Amino acid sequence: MATLAQDKPKSWLSDLSLDGTIIRLFIIVAALFAIFSLARPDAFPTVRNLQSMAFQSAEIGILALAVALAMLTGGIDLSINSTANLTAVLAALLLTNFKDTAPELAVVGAFLIALVIGPLCGAFNGFLVAHVGIPPILATLGTMTLFKGIGTVITKGAAIFAIPQFAFIGNGDILGIPIPFIIFLVVAALVGMMMSRTRYGFEVYLLGTNPLAARFSGINNRSVLMRTYITSGLLSALAGLISLGRTNAARVDFGESYVLLTIMICVLGGINPAGGAGRMVGVVLALVALQLLSTGMNMVLFTSSGANFFKEAAWGATLLLVLVVELISARWKQRSRRKLKSEG
Amino acid sequence: MPSIRNLLMRQEVIIGLTIVALSIFIGLVNPSFFSTANVFRILRATIIVGMFAMGVLIVLISGGIDVSFPAIAVFAMYVTVSLIRSGTLPDNLILSYILAALIGLGLGLFNAIFIAWLRLPTLIVTLGTLSLFRGVLLFFVGSQRIRIAEVSPSLTELSRANLLTVENPGGGVANLHLAFAFLIVLAVIVWLLLRYTMLGRSIYAIGGDREAAERVGFNIRRTQFFIYAFVGLLAGITGLTFSALSREADPFSIVGIELDVIAAVVLGGASITGGRGTVIGTLLGVLLITLMSSSLVLLGISSDWQRFVVGLLIIIGTTIPVLQARLRRRVAA
Amino acid sequence: MSEEILRVQGISKSFAGVQALNHVDLTINRGEIACLVGENGSGKSTFIKIICGVYTPDEGEIFLNGRRYKQLRPIDSIHEGVQVIFQDFSLFPNLTVAENIALNQQVAQGRRFVNWREVNAIARQALERINVSIPLDVTVSELSVANKQLVAISRAMLQNARLIIMDEPTTALTHREVEALYKVVRGLQAQGISVLFVSHKLNEVQALAERVIIFRNGMKVIDTPAQEMTQEKIAYYMTGHDIAESRYEYQAKDAPIALEVSNLSRKGAFSDVSFRLRAGEIVGVTGLLGSGRTELALALFGAQPAESGTISLGGQTVSIRSIQDAVRHGIGYVPEDRLTEGLFLEQSIANNIVVRIMKSFAGRGGLIDSVRKAAEASNWVQHLSIKTRNPQLPVKSLSGGNQQRVVIAKWLASLPRVLILNGPTVGVDVGSKEEIHTIIKELAQQGLAILVISDDIPELFQICNRILLMQRGRLVNEFETQAIDEATLADHLLETVNQGQ
Repeated sequence: MATLAQDKPKSWLSDLSLDGTIIRLFIIVAALFAIFSLARPDAFPTVRNLQSMAFQSAEIGILALAVALAMLTGGIDLSINSTANLTAVLAALLLTNFKDTAPELAVVGAFLIALVIGPLCGAFNGFLVAHVGIPPILATLGTMTLFKGIGTVITKGAAIFAIPQFAFIGNGDILGIPIPFIIFLVVAALVGMMMSRTRYGFEVYLLGTNPLAARFSGINNRSVLMRTYITSGLLSALAGLISLGRTNAARVDFGESYVLLTIMICVLGGINPAGGAGRMVGVVLALVALQLLSTGMNMVLFTSSGANFFKEAAWGATLLLVLVVELISARWKQRSRRKLKSEG
Repeated sequence: MPSIRNLLMRQEVIIGLTIVALSIFIGLVNPSFFSTANVFRILRATIIVGMFAMGVLIVLISGGIDVSFPAIAVFAMYVTVSLIRSGTLPDNLILSYILAALIGLGLGLFNAIFIAWLRLPTLIVTLGTLSLFRGVLLFFVGSQRIRIAEVSPSLTELSRANLLTVENPGGGVANLHLAFAFLIVLAVIVWLLLRYTMLGRSIYAIGGDREAAERVGFNIRRTQFFIYAFVGLLAGITGLTFSALSREADPFSIVGIELDVIAAVVLGGASITGGRGTVIGTLLGVLLITLMSSSLVLLGISSDWQRFVVGLLIIIGTTIPVLQARLRRRVAA
Repeated sequence: MSEEILRVQGISKSFAGVQALNHVDLTINRGEIACLVGENGSGKSTFIKIICGVYTPDEGEIFLNGRRYKQLRPIDSIHEGVQVIFQDFSLFPNLTVAENIALNQQVAQGRRFVNWREVNAIARQALERINVSIPLDVTVSELSVANKQLVAISRAMLQNARLIIMDEPTTALTHREVEALYKVVRGLQAQGISVLFVSHKLNEVQALAERVIIFRNGMKVIDTPAQEMTQEKIAYYMTGHDIAESRYEYQAKDAPIALEVSNLSRKGAFSDVSFRLRAGEIVGVTGLLGSGRTELALALFGAQPAESGTISLGGQTVSIRSIQDAVRHGIGYVPEDRLTEGLFLEQSIANNIVVRIMKSFAGRGGLIDSVRKAAEASNWVQHLSIKTRNPQLPVKSLSGGNQQRVVIAKWLASLPRVLILNGPTVGVDVGSKEEIHTIIKELAQQGLAILVISDDIPELFQICNRILLMQRGRLVNEFETQAIDEATLADHLLETVNQGQ
């Protein structure tokens, strides 16, 4: 049994290279925190700043988890933001309609809307990908435009406002911890658990690795894909509610840069865009890293708009850097493995 | 003999027929659709998307994807106009275009280093450079909108130049912008490149089967360097043209158009997995999307429906090749 | 004295301590059709790769057209007129026939521009040289496998080929297409081109070759004119007396029927197929390509469901409309193409094994018990002696034979009633092959009903107690393995070819 001593009951995806990614991300997060704390000891490592960062990152984080799910199957979901905005628009309409008669009931109704619209949008994506057979990038490009189009038709392009009773979901806090961030953490934990500890998650990884072998192993690929896109839609709808609560308004063109940004977070977090590898922990860490970078930049550069632009450049540069580092470490590992082989 | 069925298997034919049918329909509902002014208006609206689409077409055929070209375009455009404003660059149209093209080429080569040399995935690399180029532009170069009329007489002149001027029977004139000629010339160049040069064939070969292309003896790295450099150059030229058409250099413009352009190219029959795509199909795809979104008002439909219709179009357009493939398999079996 | 195109002397090659080729001498003359025969793992493919310059031999000399090469590079090999047509053909699916044929030449000449009239003319001439007609403007993806092969041959001709090596050229062809290919090959010979046909099918050797060369375990065991060979002799030299395995003896003749198939049909694939499979039996299904053997397997597994007829398992009629149906009723399928259909290469060995039984590890709230999961995987690793130091390593770190064991373990873990193995030892080295055979036989002895789909006649004899012969979608004959010998079965296969004309 000597050979089996190594496989302790750790997470089944505990592949060394992935752990490398996670460790690397931890180091980046810690380094960023240290650098900015030293640069702005008065403003960066404060409770207020931590709170404000937590407020800002929740909805993007949930959207990134939605994209990560689709990426793990070897697909992608470009429609996340359109789904979020469509949900926010419909929820806001409901809230404004009942703001004088039954505001509390309307808040509950807003959640019900998210519960219906998100999975519905996701199911349509899933249908196009799993049953019609359109490549995910094209199918969700189409639905991204379509869902946004539906939102435009409903709102005629105008912003729709929420009601104060709804603000808690975006602006409230419990014991100083922002509610949106709590929601994000809970969602991340649930999704992480689902991916690493359930049969569905297991099948997602296998499908993402080799869809044909998955089919020939008796995995119901269509159902796995449907469930994935439906979950992705549900998460997007939740993000939509949070942004509605936070900004108190719903617009169809809100957060258009989120689509590409979330893909970037996933890749930084170690999700393989070709599918089959990557962990939710990585996505969370990548999100934290990017948020630290953005806020830190703001503080160091003092001008908030200029810092936004610098942040954009820094994100792009970070992504490219991570790609190159991963490439070099992969080649290095390959070389050392070959060396081992030739010696053995 | 190409049977009707074989013709219907070609996306170009289907899109072309759709355009004709749609035009007839819109024309019946609102005869002003066929007025010269309206036709020119639609053609003008195809210029920018069409020029970008030529670059995207080449990338898609090679099996890659590029989302950074709008950032390259806006970068080249804004830097060029800024330099004219500061007096560093003389206000000469040809010099401006050369500079914009060179900036585009440089940024395209930057992409190529990661893609051709390091062999990193194209979508992710260009996602990174999209963000990088735009961030650098806004932070280091500037974020203020510049009115072309205030800084560059030569670009202003271009913005007013016409390729065709037709007198309306009812009085007044209809103009077709000169830049439409750019699109046509570019389309011819890309068509010649893809069809009659070995470089063009190597692009198809790489998209069809990369390994086989290597075995045949194509230099894949060189071809990929060309592709991304060419797309960059094209983006630079298109960016400057955009500033002339819109009469301003807005550093926040253009970016955001990338997915729409890709949608148009795919609608025109190019395969997202590489190997397939034609210039004619791409032009038709661009025309169909433009036609759809710019003619709703003529049909008495609110322009709010524009996005919805385009989304529907993309979904239907991407379903067609899937169904065609199924049909082909059934015929073969 | 005829002109030598190729001469190799004493070449050896080993990989990681395994001797793939062991002091092989070989000569090919101008205008000769030679057939290189050997089982999987006999060293055939290593030999081909050495001739075309992909591998460098550890020792030995290579002469091409009389020139001696110490370090043969691919480009030298091409210049000397050696062309290999691999099974994947290296064609561009998205380009036309004409371009596929002419492209190599155009690139080699360093062309910058394309003259389409010239491309078409070149392609037309090339196709005329081998006397076939294929429309020039069709894209290759729309061609049949046979036509793709002809395109590849024409392309090879344009490189001034003097020796064309064809690697298993008939595996994906129907018998009619095989005949057409033979005609083309004879045409090449008439033009003074030598052809080395690489195959493991006995009937082909008889039908085409002038000379037969047989490899076994990396050594050339015989090299002789074809007329001196018989089916028996070829089979003897291929398998070798010394490694002959014992045949499978089916004991429990009255065991319950595990699988019964009646009048099963699927349009364009097979029709009216009926047979019974008892528990503990190993039944082989053989036939040429296009006979419907793989299609029958895919129908039983629900991947391409049958359109009419019935399938009964353990006496109960079941409906198999999808793979999910098949696995629910206890049918497992080990595919022929292990790498693309059977394995998740980047995933761990453990994950590959437990994919079918994940449900059984689900505890509270559907959460997987990873301890039990790892234990179960380890059990199977030990049970099937899969050679690895850690089941958490990716499955791509294993050799072909061990990978195949992983696929088998995946199905065994789900306790199937019927296991279908399609080409169970394709791409597996000789040593592992016997061990896999042993595993299969043991499983049958424990009461599993096994269906083996294969065109590897020696293999069928080694493991099956009964062999079903398919021809053009129909089950035409059935043999008790004890009652006939390999040569007779090969003759039956050949007879079906002849009847087909």
